[in-house]
Amino acid sequence: MMRAPRMWRAVLLACIALPVLAQRPASSPARRSGFDGMSASLQAMQRDDLQNPGMLWVADGEALWNQADASSNGRACASCHGDARQSLRGVAARYPGWDSVDRQPVNLAQRINRCRVRHQASTPWPPESKELLSLEAFVAHQSRGQPLQPSTEPALAEARERGHALYTQRIGQLNLSCTQCHDALAGRKLAGSPIPQGHANGYPIYRLEWQAVGSLRRRIRNCMVGVRAEPFAPDSAEMVALELYLAQRSAGLLVETPAVRP
Amino acid sequence: MARTLIQVPPTAKRGEVVEVRTLIAHTMETGYRAGADGRTLPRDIIRRFTCRFNGEVVFSADLHPAIAANPYIAFPLRATVSGKLTFTWEGDNGLSQTESATLTVT
Repeated sequence: MMRAPRMWRAVLLACIALPVLAQRPASSPARRSGFDGMSASLQAMQRDDLQNPGMLWVADGEALWNQADASSNGRACASCHGDARQSLRGVAARYPGWDSVDRQPVNLAQRINRCRVRHQASTPWPPESKELLSLEAFVAHQSRGQPLQPSTEPALAEARERGHALYTQRIGQLNLSCTQCHDALAGRKLAGSPIPQGHANGYPIYRLEWQAVGSLRRRIRNCMVGVRAEPFAPDSAEMVALELYLAQRSAGLLVETPAVRP
Repeated sequence: MARTLIQVPPTAKRGEVVEVRTLIAHTMETGYRAGADGRTLPRDIIRRFTCRFNGEVVFSADLHPAIAANPYIAFPLRATVSGKLTFTWEGDNGLSQTESATLTVT
C-alpha cells in the first residue's frame, strides 16, 4: 500500500497551499516590494536615514506632533497620544480603518484631519499639503519594519470589495485596469521603466520624479492620468476603497515609510 | 528655516578621518521650468555651502541649477582638536542658514 500515504501527503499539501493561494489573485507571483526592483544606489539612499530626503518630512512631522497649532485649542497630538514611538508603533500598518462616528472607512491622512477637527478644534489640512504629508510620514514611519496587517473590521469588507472591483475595472481612453499592468505585466517594462507590483508599503514616499514626498493618492492620480482617465478626488470614497484593497493585496510586506522610489 | 539633518560622529581619535554628512530641505528650483500657468518659475537655489571648524573654512562648495532638490553633501574631515563645526547654506531669495555641531577629539 504505497499509494495511500502519497495521496494523503498531496491532500495535506493542498490544504496548506490553498488558503495561501486563495488570498492572492490567481495569476500573481510572490509579493515583491518595489524596493527589490530598484538600483543598488537607490536602495542605499532609502536605507540610509541621512541620505533619504523623506526623513526631512519625518522630522517636520515630529515637530508638528509635539506642538499645538496656533489655531487649535492648545492641544498637540502628543498631549493625548504621548510618545509616538510607543503609542503609534504598528498603527499605520493597519490603515485604512473604520471611523465609527462618520460610519465610513478612512485613510491615515483623513484620520489625522478628523483628529484635528474633533480633538484640537482646528481646521483640516488640504490634501498633499506639506503639513499633512509630514505628519502622515511621521506617523507611518513609526511602523517601519512591521508587516502590513490590514484591519479585520467587518464593516470595511464592503468598501474593500468595491476597491477590488475598481482595481480590476478597465478605465480611461487607454482602457486599462490596474491589474493588467501590476499583476499581469509586473516585472516587465513600460518604456524604460520597470513595472512594479504596485504595493503600497512605503507611503508617503519620496519620489525622485517629484523631487518631494507625496501620498498614495498622488501616486494613484498619476497612474489614472497615465491611462487618460478622470482621477478620483483625493478624499473620495473610491480612493479609500482602492486603498483598502491595496492594503489587503500588500498584506505581509514590511512598511518602508518613507520609501524612496524613482 | 529649512529643515536640516546633520551627522557628525560625537567623538573621534586624534588624526582620524571622519565623515561629515548633511542634508537640507530645499526645492532647488532651476529657473528653467514652467509652472502650472506656463510662466517660467524664478530660480531659487542654494548657491554656496560652507563648513567652518572653529571659525576656519574646512570645506565649501558652489551649487548650480542642475543639482537635485534637498541636496545631500558629505565630506571627509581630519580631526585634530575638539571644536565646533558650523554649516552655512546661502542662496537665492536671501537664504542664509547656519547650523552647528560639536566634534570631540579624544
